Amino acid sequence: MTEHVPDTVDNAIATPDKHQPYELLGLKADEYAQIREILGRRPTSGELAMYSVMWSEHCSYKSSKVHLRQFGQKVSEDMKKHLMVGMGENAGVVDIGEGWAVTFKIESHNHPSYIEPFQGAATGVGGIVRDIISMGARPVAVMDALRFGAIDHEDTHRVVNGVVSGISFYGNCLGLPNIGGETWFDSVYQANPLVNALAVGALRHEDLHLANAKGVGNLVVLFGARTGGDGIGGASILASDTFAEGGPTKRPAVQVGDPFAEKVLIECCLELFQGDCVEGIQDLGAAGISCATSELASNGDGGMHITLDNVLLRDPTLTAEEILMSESQERMMAIVRPEKLEAFLAVTTKWDVEASVLGEVTNTGRLIIEWQGETIVNVDPRTVAVDGPVYNRPMEYPSWIDALQADSAAKFARAQTGTELRDQFLALLGSPNEADTDWITNQYDYYVMGNTALHTPDGAGMIRIDEESGLGVALATDANGRYCQLDPYVGAQLALVESYRNVATSGATPMAVSDCLNFGSPENPEVMWQFARAVEGLADGCLELGIPVTGGNVSFYNQTGDVPIHPTPVVAVMGSIDNVARRLPSGWQDEGENIYLLGVTRDELDGSSWAGAVHNHLGGKPPVVDFPAEKALAGLLAAAAHEGIVTSAIDLGTGGLIKALTDGVLRFGVGARVWIDELQQRDGVDATAALFSETTARVIVSVDRTDDVRFRGLCEGRNVPVLRIGVTDTGSASLEVQGQFEVSVEQLAAVHRATLPAHFGPVVGG
Amino acid sequence: MRVGVITFPGSLDDRDALRAVRLAGGEPVSLWHDDHDLQGVDALIIPGGFSYGDYLRCGAIAAHSPIMREVIDAANKGLPVLGICNGFQVLVEAHLLDGGLIRNDHGTFIRRDQKLRVENVDTAWTNTYELGQEITIPLKNGEGGFIADDETLKRLEGEGLVTFRYLDVNPNGSLNDIAGLRNARGNVVGLMPHPEHAVEAGFGPDADRMQSGTDGLAMFVSVLTDTVLSK
Repeated sequence: MTEHVPDTVDNAIATPDKHQPYELLGLKADEYAQIREILGRRPTSGELAMYSVMWSEHCSYKSSKVHLRQFGQKVSEDMKKHLMVGMGENAGVVDIGEGWAVTFKIESHNHPSYIEPFQGAATGVGGIVRDIISMGARPVAVMDALRFGAIDHEDTHRVVNGVVSGISFYGNCLGLPNIGGETWFDSVYQANPLVNALAVGALRHEDLHLANAKGVGNLVVLFGARTGGDGIGGASILASDTFAEGGPTKRPAVQVGDPFAEKVLIECCLELFQGDCVEGIQDLGAAGISCATSELASNGDGGMHITLDNVLLRDPTLTAEEILMSESQERMMAIVRPEKLEAFLAVTTKWDVEASVLGEVTNTGRLIIEWQGETIVNVDPRTVAVDGPVYNRPMEYPSWIDALQADSAAKFARAQTGTELRDQFLALLGSPNEADTDWITNQYDYYVMGNTALHTPDGAGMIRIDEESGLGVALATDANGRYCQLDPYVGAQLALVESYRNVATSGATPMAVSDCLNFGSPENPEVMWQFARAVEGLADGCLELGIPVTGGNVSFYNQTGDVPIHPTPVVAVMGSIDNVARRLPSGWQDEGENIYLLGVTRDELDGSSWAGAVHNHLGGKPPVVDFPAEKALAGLLAAAAHEGIVTSAIDLGTGGLIKALTDGVLRFGVGARVWIDELQQRDGVDATAALFSETTARVIVSVDRTDDVRFRGLCEGRNVPVLRIGVTDTGSASLEVQGQFEVSVEQLAAVHRATLPAHFGPVVGG
Repeated sequence: MRVGVITFPGSLDDRDALRAVRLAGGEPVSLWHDDHDLQGVDALIIPGGFSYGDYLRCGAIAAHSPIMREVIDAANKGLPVLGICNGFQVLVEAHLLDGGLIRNDHGTFIRRDQKLRVENVDTAWTNTYELGQEITIPLKNGEGGFIADDETLKRLEGEGLVTFRYLDVNPNGSLNDIAGLRNARGNVVGLMPHPEHAVEAGFGPDADRMQSGTDGLAMFVSVLTDTVLSK
């Protein structure tokens, strides 16, 4: 074995012409030249490792930055009102009242989840949870938005099983309730599944912590798991590189997670916060120590001096460069005042968490890293973490999009009989994207912590934050890649209003947004155009709705070969509710209640679930977005929940009215009688559109007959179109659309529940 | 009455168990795995989770933790002890209860609202249930399959030590549908399902109303009104 000789700064000066493998590390020639210019010499191999990971697309947002700025620019005063921490920190923080704040964020772990689905998905959960702890919050729930390949493709089984058991294993072992999410199957995700994990945490205002290294002489402490050889270069080599079919396997670059270590780390951090032992804190995610040191120093007094020899290693043969790049999980870096170190170590010792002091905060403006007595890194940390390259990538209007939009689903003959409608309905209900997901969600614990007020299959998850007052938060995630393929601007807005409406439907008031933007290669001008349009749509939409984007993540290079995924901007909306006892159920529980449809229905079937499930078609233009109508509807639902005059509310999303009615029936097994002729007349649509159209700004609610007058008054006062379309019927045990068809509750359940088990295995007790 | 709840590194449902004690009317007391002090509690709960990461057999390491030495001692003297899920596994590993718990027969983690029949009400933790009462409480585990050799199984059944049995669906392949057990004295009870997740209307399993199920509360009430052991 040859001894590894570290490349020192002195050595770099002495050997300016030494060849460096910057390309293998993912850097372009001009980026490498830029690094040499910044340093006034060639980088040491340690510096090169740091720049390469921190300047990767994943860490630097170099292709997306110019577009993401809109989220900070298109902001009204109103949107800032409740915002305690905005974009740029580990996660945004929102004031929800009563001295409570909530932090939440959604992040991708797509590429690792294809290579090693179990560990990829597991560490995705672990990473987002550490972001939440970094803000000083106790994590209180997780959710996940998943996209898999075609349900009947031979490889899908491997990916689904791995991803779901990875999330189940890690999330369940952390003791965090998994309260919702979504699952889609589409061949565009075949070799590039999407695993987007969301975590939400709660904190008292005074417990807020930020990732900065302030206070000259304060100590830099690394604690948690030891540093090993896992995930080395994961950030740059995995997340920023497209899968080439038949390419070499990249398995060693995926990190391995240990949820037990993370659970202990959570409790340890919370006790450290409680004891006021920590000045600043940062989790170690992508780019490990490189990222944590450069970001903490950039956000603080500007300098840091550490000795890399002090890092506790799992593998003593690691080189300095590998230590800098390692993405070993379950690690945190804290800034600690010297006089607090003893108290700090008492807490870590109590939890059997290892900690070591790496160095201290300086005000030199330099990040200096020593190794075996020599300086191997001497950089301005801002050039690593903040002032990386920014690309204004070329964009091009997709050559194919006009033809796609012209190919409307209007060309398909509409159903002529009730039987035909019924057959289409059942085909839709059993289609992979509308089917019941119990096979997945039964593997997640939503009970732990005892504060879960809504969970799968409810449209939003809800968590009680304050046990005394009942104050709580609701969360939903949504994205519709099909609509985004047709029109990324409108598609992104549709994801936003869908998520917003799901939160409103729970009775909560939407407050903030986090997004995970999953796209193809930014080097493809058509993809870049899709990205730019989606971001613009989201930013404009948030301004219209008056809720800010508080953070999120961009995932590029989601494609196989040259074929990009459908643009998939997953939008998570968080809302608050004064008392979770006033939440709205997502199904019927009582006999003889009136069912009302709120909103109007247009003939909008292009890109719909109906078009996909019944006609295997994607083309045309997505539904129109109506922000004022969405706001009016959300306001009405919050008021109705507050006053207790609706007994349930169900959002109309994919699958339209008939899917929402089915959800209402299946939630508690209570049937309904529904009529659509008045709806057809009022809105001028045929039966197919009435049942399957995906027009936005619509919700169905059930109302006790004694509250009818008050309810109608509320709708009138708020200018929300309302139409009585049915009654709940506990006796019938069926869903009847009068004059069209009737399906028993038993059959609805059977069709809805059969699809996933048919491909992945039985559901216990199902 | 003071009811202790042990927290091990990796315990997950300890806060839920503390809440359940409080909602039942008891005084919850947090106990730490590394202590030898039971703080004079009148009863004790070993909660669910993955104690010490459960890298060996579930509960195997916890069974040898410092506090468990005191628990075993106290249990043998009659202190009421309830083990839930991982706690049940710990009690089995500590030989306070018989049998063993292995990976679910279907191989995956399962979370479901589980129907049970209360088979024995002569224990510190079940005395406020009716004999044969059917209850629904959440189940969530990966390793909940109850096993025992034929002789042990015969004895458990013969002596009436089976305390809870799965109804309708056996969710993990447990022999004889066994969901929970008691010891001969009746002070120690262990079960895989989670009574502490069905103690507060609005946050339990669906029952006649959404999430209104509180069938687990009686377990925490039982120990407060325990008449069995004081007989």
